[in-house]
Amino acid sequence: MSAAANLTSFIRALRLSGVETSPAEAIDAARAAAIVGYGERTALKSALRPTLAKSELEAETFDRLFDLYFAAPARETRSSAAEDAQDESDTSEAPSLLEMIQSGDSTALDAAMAEAARAVNAEQIRFSTQIGVIAQRMIGAMGGEELDAELLAELRANPGETSERAQDMIDARRMLMERARAEARKAFDVFGAGETQQFRDDILSHKPLSTLERSDMARMKPLITKVARRLAKAHSRRRRRDTGVLDVPATLRANAGHGGVPFDVHWKRAKRDRPKIVAICDVSSSVARHVRFLLMLLTSLGDVIPDFRAFAFSSRLGEITADLKEADFSAAMDRVLKSHGMGSTDYGQALSDFDADAPRAVDRKTSLIILGDGRSNHGDPGLEIYRNLAARARTTVWLCPEPETLWGTGDSEMDRFASLTAHPAHVTNLKDLEKAIDRILAQYG
Amino acid sequence: MDTSIETHAFLSSPEAISTALEGEGYIPTPDIAMAVYLGHSLQKPLLIEGPAGVGKTDLARALSAALIAPLIRLQCYEGLDAAKALYEWKYAKQLLYTQILKDKVSDVLGEVSLDGATGQLEQFDDVFFSEGFLEPRALLKAMRQSDLSVLLIDEVDKADEAFEAFLLEVLADYQVTVPELGTITAQVPPVVILTSNAVRELSDALKRRCLHLHIGFPDAAREEAIVAARVPGIETSLTTQLVSFVQSLRDMDLRKRPSIAETVDWARALVLLHTDSLDEALVRSTLNLLLKYESDMAAAMPEVGKLIRDTAPAS
Repeated sequence: MSAAANLTSFIRALRLSGVETSPAEAIDAARAAAIVGYGERTALKSALRPTLAKSELEAETFDRLFDLYFAAPARETRSSAAEDAQDESDTSEAPSLLEMIQSGDSTALDAAMAEAARAVNAEQIRFSTQIGVIAQRMIGAMGGEELDAELLAELRANPGETSERAQDMIDARRMLMERARAEARKAFDVFGAGETQQFRDDILSHKPLSTLERSDMARMKPLITKVARRLAKAHSRRRRRDTGVLDVPATLRANAGHGGVPFDVHWKRAKRDRPKIVAICDVSSSVARHVRFLLMLLTSLGDVIPDFRAFAFSSRLGEITADLKEADFSAAMDRVLKSHGMGSTDYGQALSDFDADAPRAVDRKTSLIILGDGRSNHGDPGLEIYRNLAARARTTVWLCPEPETLWGTGDSEMDRFASLTAHPAHVTNLKDLEKAIDRILAQYG
Repeated sequence: MDTSIETHAFLSSPEAISTALEGEGYIPTPDIAMAVYLGHSLQKPLLIEGPAGVGKTDLARALSAALIAPLIRLQCYEGLDAAKALYEWKYAKQLLYTQILKDKVSDVLGEVSLDGATGQLEQFDDVFFSEGFLEPRALLKAMRQSDLSVLLIDEVDKADEAFEAFLLEVLADYQVTVPELGTITAQVPPVVILTSNAVRELSDALKRRCLHLHIGFPDAAREEAIVAARVPGIETSLTTQLVSFVQSLRDMDLRKRPSIAETVDWARALVLLHTDSLDEALVRSTLNLLLKYESDMAAAMPEVGKLIRDTAPAS
């Protein structure tokens, strides 16, 4: 494989792992590689990184893939070794697979292995379950069938015992299989793993939060960080626009030096409020999962939402903003759930507590998020207090883990709460949470 | 373009850049030297990201000193617009000239109709929008340098998005457009360095046009070299010890981890206090040079004794 093709295929691997590389950047990379050459690995690495990886996160992916892809020095010499092997085959008989293995010529074997990987399109691998198949095909491409046939003939010739030659062939075959699997695994790590990860993330973010298993939890954290980053990117844009109204003091000030002749005209700017969010969360066991992820997402958005307060309740309500700032989020969350999650849900009590404890928390710049199923155990739901809060807030979002069809059934007051809420929404998975927060942040555009 | 590459031996290889920067007291990693080298050979701006105080701006300063090229600095802030970064018309001078030339105007115009006067004035109006009345700002200045220069666009993430878009022309083609004068292309493309503290994500368009370099916290060896270069007269043993202390402080869960700038400040303070090795009382009283938040101080204080014991040279 030529150096250029090698680089192109590496860039394809980067793209599959989520590093968005444009053709222009690929050209830069090729120019950089041409300047430093392919001879020295570390130099090549530090030359390609600034051209291809454009953030710290991308640099991490780049480093991981670079180490995998340009793994052994073998790969750099491989192309020339392959050519050598070809040259030899012109003059003399190509060595058989068995001879090659037995001669211990690791370079030739590497070259043959790389050739086989190309022949069976190992780069197309997407799932780890394909490793075995790809390895099998690679052995086929290297002439494994002949080896098998020979081995079979040898075994038939000496029935009942395993000759030394047969044993050699069995060992060779086993060794070959291991190397082929290693090569196929590498192809998967480079070309398949990134896409599989994205595929998994995609599934996970659509999976209902209430059905997440323990094994999923560990993967949710990086995923939430990713979602937070995406939201931050979309909403950290600062748009400033002129209102079309002359800012007289500023204009006079700026033109004092010109004898008051208004050359330099200043316009009043539209003021943009910074997002301010108050979240009131029902932490009774039925919705505890949702609360955990909502709060994790909101705290990860610290840069975009500088002013964020959170309250938790089941019957009595308490502020948990300080708990969320702790370094160990999940420990803090466990504690919050334990201390506030006891008792039966009482919306009326919680809302009046909120009104008494934090009367100034909600103003016209504040978005109010309520997370709960709206089931108040037939107690007073505190609709009047909620109506007042909603009227004061910039916007209200009610995140309900129950589907609309259940709203208003049994002890659910959700239909009545929903009628007082600007954006009532049914949330099941991470995508829904993302959408809800996206909608709130858009209010501050 | 080619001549600039030839004349600056400093930029001929990553190693040469390393040596030149070290001469200016800046200790680059191989990655930094390579990025600077490529930025020059590929004629691309270099976008540097990383925590505050790791030497992003200093790199530009050291480069300009090593190249003996002027450093043209554009500090970005919210509300910075093209006019302030590129050029302004000298309104006052224009105004003054029109006042002085008032009499001249009647000479030129003589006794003509209003229509005729307007026509005649039109022939002269370009006079007031010419080079003489142009006040070049950082970007235009950089484009008009006849020799190699270093253009530093500092904290580009603080500027508005509109300004970022405006920068694209400068960064891609090394040219700027002044509507009244036309397009001005750089005679010698400057070495362009942009820095960002990641207050907000920069647009993909900007990133695509730049080489990207992330400078993180240094490893112990590099930090020792930096302290040695920046703080004259410091004992080697103290350097080793204080760097090791700072390095372990960085492993803690802090709101703002101390960066190189803080290490250097602290080292200077310790030298002024005639210290030759760290002791607990001294560290406690000077810890505020390293940690800038009350909560970080509170978290680190109880650990100080242990951290110092860990850093003590095995004797």
